[in-house]
Amino acid sequence: MLDFLQHLDRRWIFLLMFIAVAVPLIMGTTFPEVPSDQVMAVFEAVDNLPDGSNVVMALDYDPASQGELQPMASAFTRHCAIKKHNIYFMTLWPQGISMIQNSIGILQDEYPETYKGKYGTKYVNLGFRAGNEGVIKLVVEDLKKSYSTDIHGTNLDNIPLTKNLKNIQQVDLLCNVSAGYPGSQEWVLYGSSPFDIPTVVGCTGVQAPIMLPYIPDQLTGMLAAIKGAAEYEQAIINAYPELESNPNAKEGLVRMGPQLVAHLLLISLILLGNVIYIWERKQGLHQ
Amino acid sequence: MKRTVPLFISAITGFVLIGTAFIPKFVDWGNDAMAWFNLLAAFAFILGGGNLLKMQLQKISAQQPGWGYAAVTLIAFFVTLFVGLVKVGVHPNVKFPEFAWSGDYLQEDGAFWWLFEYIFTPLSATMFALLAFYISSAAFRAFRAKNTEATILLIIAVIILLGRTYASVWLTGWLPDEFILGDSGIKYSDFNLQNLSEVIMENFTTAGMRAIKIGIALGVASTSLKVLLGVDRSYLGSDQEV
Repeated sequence: MLDFLQHLDRRWIFLLMFIAVAVPLIMGTTFPEVPSDQVMAVFEAVDNLPDGSNVVMALDYDPASQGELQPMASAFTRHCAIKKHNIYFMTLWPQGISMIQNSIGILQDEYPETYKGKYGTKYVNLGFRAGNEGVIKLVVEDLKKSYSTDIHGTNLDNIPLTKNLKNIQQVDLLCNVSAGYPGSQEWVLYGSSPFDIPTVVGCTGVQAPIMLPYIPDQLTGMLAAIKGAAEYEQAIINAYPELESNPNAKEGLVRMGPQLVAHLLLISLILLGNVIYIWERKQGLHQ
Repeated sequence: MKRTVPLFISAITGFVLIGTAFIPKFVDWGNDAMAWFNLLAAFAFILGGGNLLKMQLQKISAQQPGWGYAAVTLIAFFVTLFVGLVKVGVHPNVKFPEFAWSGDYLQEDGAFWWLFEYIFTPLSATMFALLAFYISSAAFRAFRAKNTEATILLIIAVIILLGRTYASVWLTGWLPDEFILGDSGIKYSDFNLQNLSEVIMENFTTAGMRAIKIGIALGVASTSLKVLLGVDRSYLGSDQEV
């Protein structure tokens, strides 16, 4: 048996991983989540704002990380929509424009009474600008020097939401969802930290350790990976039970099923690999 | 001269940007410098496109191994560029129906939107998803408890992997919320896997990352000063005067 495992074709492992992810996803298995303190800090940052506050939503990710980050962006959007916040969308990633369109779709389809036909008065799409942290440095000081028009080419002076907005120091909260550079770290370094802009972020699992040192002083809170998204969704559902019946509001919760089985498979593989390693050492195959 | 002018521009811009943190008068100048930087960054896309063309055409003309992939890259590049620039399948904006190109290039049902939604998005997601398969294979073959450090790493990895899923509740959710040894301040439930993974992330990982970040920040500061003072000129290319 050990001899068979020693020379196991990696395609069997690939097949196991495929089954581990596919089966719970098809079955739609979900588990109850208890929001952690860090997730509740994010929830309260959005929820404690008075209704109709101004929120910048910077979506700095692309389709490659959509699986991990879209549930966060959707949850941020839904939470802001429930609170009837005014939302300023922008991105530092060229592919982020489509990610913004997903969020705008949520506003228009799920909250039409607040957002349908309210472009410019309840939400605005500033789109993409090249320059990475250069754009952040400019929008926190002088928004219109970086964005003279919105994504449709309309002058910001002609849009009610941006007409009197000099820079994003004037907004009440900055929400960033990021898959890497430029992203959460740059927003903290050049935006929230020097100008004390309340900021919450959602990021991938590999970015989480990089962002942890900024909490709680420079960063109010962070949603880390799909687990953070699932906990945030649960926190929103707990506070606004009407979302319980909306399957789109549970994207993160649904993905915790595949995560559980995939993690258990990984641990089993690590343990099995080590059993083989110890057996090989006993056989004298390793010096 | 070709090296002196860029050096001069870098030094002036760099010191102005440093000055914005201390001298209010410099803030407007710094904003102007950043606006110029952002404009240049947009031009980098054209340079990037040019470079892509050059490299792929070289591969095709030299018939290097895999030149077919280079051809596919170029075809995809030109098709996407054409579809985006000409706004194929895009309906005119309702405000300007007389102008055929007044619609948004990313308009739903347009050809560019279709390419992004049905080719770029699934391909990107697929490439990223492949990681799960390679990680599982690597975990089986390479993650071995060969020494003390590797064993500690392995134990922590298992705690984090379990702590980030509902398995932590199954395995350790039963630990009572009672103090160990009377009033010691430590509860049994502190040892459940979710708590342990949070303690590891918020204490050990954060401490390590802070140390790394401070080191990086000091390195960046010293390197930046060398660049601004003209000591390090490697960003200008070869040291030979041109």
